[in-house]
Amino acid sequence: MQFDSFSDFIAMGGYGFYVWLSFGTCALILLGILLSSLNDTKRILASVKQQADREQRIKQAKQEQKS
Amino acid sequence: MWKWLHPYAKADRAYQLCNTLLPYFAVITVVCMVVGWVWGLAYAPADYQQKDSYRIIFIHVPSAILSMGAYSSMAIAAIVALVWQLRNAELAVIAIAPVGACATAIALITGAAWGKPMWGAWWVWDARLTSELILLFLYLGVLSLYHAFEDKKAAGRAASILAIVGVINLPIIHFSVEWWNTLHQGASITKFNTEAIDPSMFWPLMVNIVAFAAFVGTVTLIRLKNEILQREKHRPWVRQLIKRG
Repeated sequence: MQFDSFSDFIAMGGYGFYVWLSFGTCALILLGILLSSLNDTKRILASVKQQADREQRIKQAKQEQKS
Repeated sequence: MWKWLHPYAKADRAYQLCNTLLPYFAVITVVCMVVGWVWGLAYAPADYQQKDSYRIIFIHVPSAILSMGAYSSMAIAAIVALVWQLRNAELAVIAIAPVGACATAIALITGAAWGKPMWGAWWVWDARLTSELILLFLYLGVLSLYHAFEDKKAAGRAASILAIVGVINLPIIHFSVEWWNTLHQGASITKFNTEAIDPSMFWPLMVNIVAFAAFVGTVTLIRLKNEILQREKHRPWVRQLIKRG
């Protein structure tokens, strides 16, 4: 450990603002693209399921009409 | 010799491959990123000149390397897409582009936050910085070109061509610090024989580079899966997928 205390660690020898600004924006951007990509997966799968369910219902309705 | 590759041209096989690879990339990302950040921020020694501000290197260099690495992969996928007309390769181009753009943005932002205390300016129109900014515009250009076309076949072709043309920017970025007299410092780790960086800083940097590369891989795989699903959503194998899960 290079720092004596937690406040020293935050201060980064006076460069705290720049170091944490860098690491903070980096974390935000990485998390942002990761979460938005995972959210896309969920959205696409939901729309596929919706479409499949709809086709299923149409099929059922047609069958009921016949009988 | 290349026959083993052929099945992966099929969308469902490519999708399965993504699923198989994903957990490995994810685990490497998490492990290396935690180790790399803690090591770089708290345990690596301070620089004798730049003191603790140099710790930005542990994200600046990995993101800059990966911004170019991702672009190379995107260009290779673009060549494959154009020459062999493989749709999966086209999808890979579009899956990589946003991730590469994020890496480039991180390299630029962390560079600015490092430049302010060291050079006294957030931004200078220096060769390295300007060519990296052009890289960001190339990524955004590839993406917007793709989304500008209604016909996705034409879109994939146009985006691939732009991606390939943009490769000219990569050597310019790499050699900019040698060709022009600039404010940006020279390479720290490319000269492996005469190491310009001490092992106590070199190893945490390596871990962070691996972490960033694995992250780019992870998100690219997720996005490639999305692109495949989106393109194939009316196919039976996607329907099967829904039923199972």
